[in-house]
Amino acid sequence: MMRTEVVITIVAMAVATFFTRFTSPAILGGAGISPRLKRFLKHVPTAILTALIAPTLFAPHGYIEFSTGNSYLIAGTIAALLAYFRQPPLVTMGGGMATMLAIRSFGI
Amino acid sequence: MKTKEFFEGIKDTLPIMVGVFPFGLAYGIVAQSIGLTPGETLLMSLLVFAGAAQFISLPMFAEGAGMAMIALTALLINLRHLLMGMSLAPYMNGLSLPQKALLTFGMADETYAVTISRAQAIGYSAAYQLGSNVTGYVTWALSTAGGILLGSRISDPLSWGLDFAMPATFLALLIPRLTDKLNILVCLVAAGVSIIAAVAIPGKWYIIIACLSAAVAGGILEGSENDEN
Repeated sequence: MMRTEVVITIVAMAVATFFTRFTSPAILGGAGISPRLKRFLKHVPTAILTALIAPTLFAPHGYIEFSTGNSYLIAGTIAALLAYFRQPPLVTMGGGMATMLAIRSFGI
Repeated sequence: MKTKEFFEGIKDTLPIMVGVFPFGLAYGIVAQSIGLTPGETLLMSLLVFAGAAQFISLPMFAEGAGMAMIALTALLINLRHLLMGMSLAPYMNGLSLPQKALLTFGMADETYAVTISRAQAIGYSAAYQLGSNVTGYVTWALSTAGGILLGSRISDPLSWGLDFAMPATFLALLIPRLTDKLNILVCLVAAGVSIIAAVAIPGKWYIIIACLSAAVAGGILEGSENDEN
């Protein structure tokens, strides 16, 4: 059921991934972090969430598409509006995915 | 072990899993289609527990890429964890090394966002983080298993609009954070830089580049605001 070389590759991926997750908290103590660095780190969550989605929404096919023909941008706008008006995450995600399905199914 | 906070972590993470489940399904289905066995497919979800890296490894397995190349790609895609870990590190200061190891193993994009948002709002809790991580891990394992079972019955799950599950999830996590001018500016910088870098630079470097420049911009802007006061 499992091939040795595939399992070894998966273990290597797991080690590489765990290294990226464990390293910072393992070597950085809270006391050793300067106020200036803390001020920078505070913004990492917002920055990383944005960086993970912005290209998918604005350039889903590898080039910038700022038009009504970009279904990702339309569904993303709907989801963002729902979240902005303080809808729960389920409504935000459901609304976004339903919009995407509607565009794909009916070509709205 | 604070049971109440553990369950709070589960409760806050569960809604987000609606966006993760389809991705786990898709991973399971695609992994079958490129010839990984069910055991290998599930093993990767259990050991690696990182959606983006797992997805990108699949075409590489299909092409017969070497172990070093696949592991190095996983490393590069997951470099953002270094930054995420840095921002969590001050909160985890009081924990032992094994506790840190256990909790960082489960630090995915979603569980990290839930955990750090709670830490910044009302304080860090290791039990809360564990609850969030367990929810993410179980969801990822179950959805992978579901994808394996569905197997070849669904040819391309991503064409169903399921590929939008991930952006929708991150939007649900991001928008509530944009409560002040500074956070909005950080978001705008990250958006601009990531889009330009994603178009101009091959690979996944845009994530790190945009995160670094936006967080630095946020730190500098905040510093100059403080100086004025």
